[in-house]
Amino acid sequence: MTLDFAPVWEGLPELLKGAVVTIEVTAAAFLLSGVLGLLVGIIRLNPARRFLYGLATGYVAFIRGTPLLVQLFLLFFGLPQFGILLPATLCGVIGLGIYSGSYVSEVVRGAIQSLDRGQMEAARSLGMSYREAMWEVVLPQAFRRMLPPLGNETIALIKNSALVSLLTIDDVMREGQRIISTSFRALEVYLAVAVIYFILTNAATQVLRVIERRMTVERG
Amino acid sequence: MIEIRNVYKSFGSTDVLKDVSMTVQPSRTTVVIGPSGSGKSTLLRCCNVLETADRGEIRINGRSIIKDGMPLPDKELNALRAETGMVFQSFNLFPHMTTVENVMRAPVVVRRMPKAEARALAMDLLRKVGLGDKADVYPSTLSGGQKQRAAIARALAMKPKVMLFDEPTSALDPELVGEVLQVMKTLAEEGMTMMVVTHEMGFAREVADTVVVMADGRIVESGPPDQIFTNPTQERTRGFLRALVDGHLAGARPQVTAPDPLAALPDDH
Repeated sequence: MTLDFAPVWEGLPELLKGAVVTIEVTAAAFLLSGVLGLLVGIIRLNPARRFLYGLATGYVAFIRGTPLLVQLFLLFFGLPQFGILLPATLCGVIGLGIYSGSYVSEVVRGAIQSLDRGQMEAARSLGMSYREAMWEVVLPQAFRRMLPPLGNETIALIKNSALVSLLTIDDVMREGQRIISTSFRALEVYLAVAVIYFILTNAATQVLRVIERRMTVERG
Repeated sequence: MIEIRNVYKSFGSTDVLKDVSMTVQPSRTTVVIGPSGSGKSTLLRCCNVLETADRGEIRINGRSIIKDGMPLPDKELNALRAETGMVFQSFNLFPHMTTVENVMRAPVVVRRMPKAEARALAMDLLRKVGLGDKADVYPSTLSGGQKQRAAIARALAMKPKVMLFDEPTSALDPELVGEVLQVMKTLAEEGMTMMVVTHEMGFAREVADTVVVMADGRIVESGPPDQIFTNPTQERTRGFLRALVDGHLAGARPQVTAPDPLAALPDDH
């Protein structure tokens, strides 16, 4: 058996176009998961606010306890039954964001809880409100501790985004499959797709490492 | 002025404060002493509602901040806390801000003071506590004594009417205690109303107007330092002071050398 990479080279423009879609979907989902994770993580700090806490806890339990693929299909194939017909890309972004957000929320909660309680107390004793103390004192410090686990989450998000190809989104995975359907060169094309994912996850890791280093230096 | 009236507090099934009443007069310094676990830190923390007193009432400058387990609404509580400076045993400086930012941040955030003005105020206060040259370094590079003086400056930046000190020197190396106590002494002399929980008997004797002795969640005895230290009326006070003196002496005295363990071995070993 011989390897023939010609279809990969011929299809490279499509693969790269798909890679751009993968980056776009991942970036949008990353933003959504960050906002969601921050909110849910903070809500889960305080069981006294029962309703919100229950809602947030249920969200984390359900999303982490069910397959991402099922969640994506619920959005894409399930919601139309209620007349809610979202564009595929939006379904992908929302599905990935909600999924990743549940993990990010645990990262946020863990980082905040690992901080010395005295930081919040000192801020409150100076007259800052809970929100001000969070924003000024707790989150900037917690953010540093979130970076390494957030790196893991980002990598997972990029890899999980391959599932959105099943929602007819033309990401790098789907572009690869399209090339295979005409060239029948599965090994070569999937290898190329894997390399592209690997480059993307590596780039994300490097970016986060730079941010991490910069924040450590800044602290003096 | 701080007025504490019939305050109770328990953590789970442990009663930490049992019917505590005391008053810190305006421009006076009250020092609270007592053995570990006597509830003195909890009492102090109740005074700005870092702990919630279960029963009783606490008034700061005539305003009730908590009554029978119900604290002031958040907004008013924040305003009152802003006027009640708190200094912690473990400093709790903000590690992601420089010294001067630590001091100026709360006036900017809470009082909406312009940054330039807040910085000038912070610099004044840092100079006052002897840290004018440490304004732009991060707290991690400061010694314990410097950290605590910075923390005092941070509390003073809110122009508090009352200062609460929770064992401010307990985490310090012995040679750094003096510089912090000196700053506190200056504050007391300037007429700050202060409630100080401490194990520094020298400070209590020299600076306090009133010394309050606590044990097992109750106030055992209170009075001017002369009376408490030279002529305590309560056996518990005497016991506490005696234990303290013994502890100091034990630390100062050369330790009795332990018997050589090898001596117990048989000769022919």
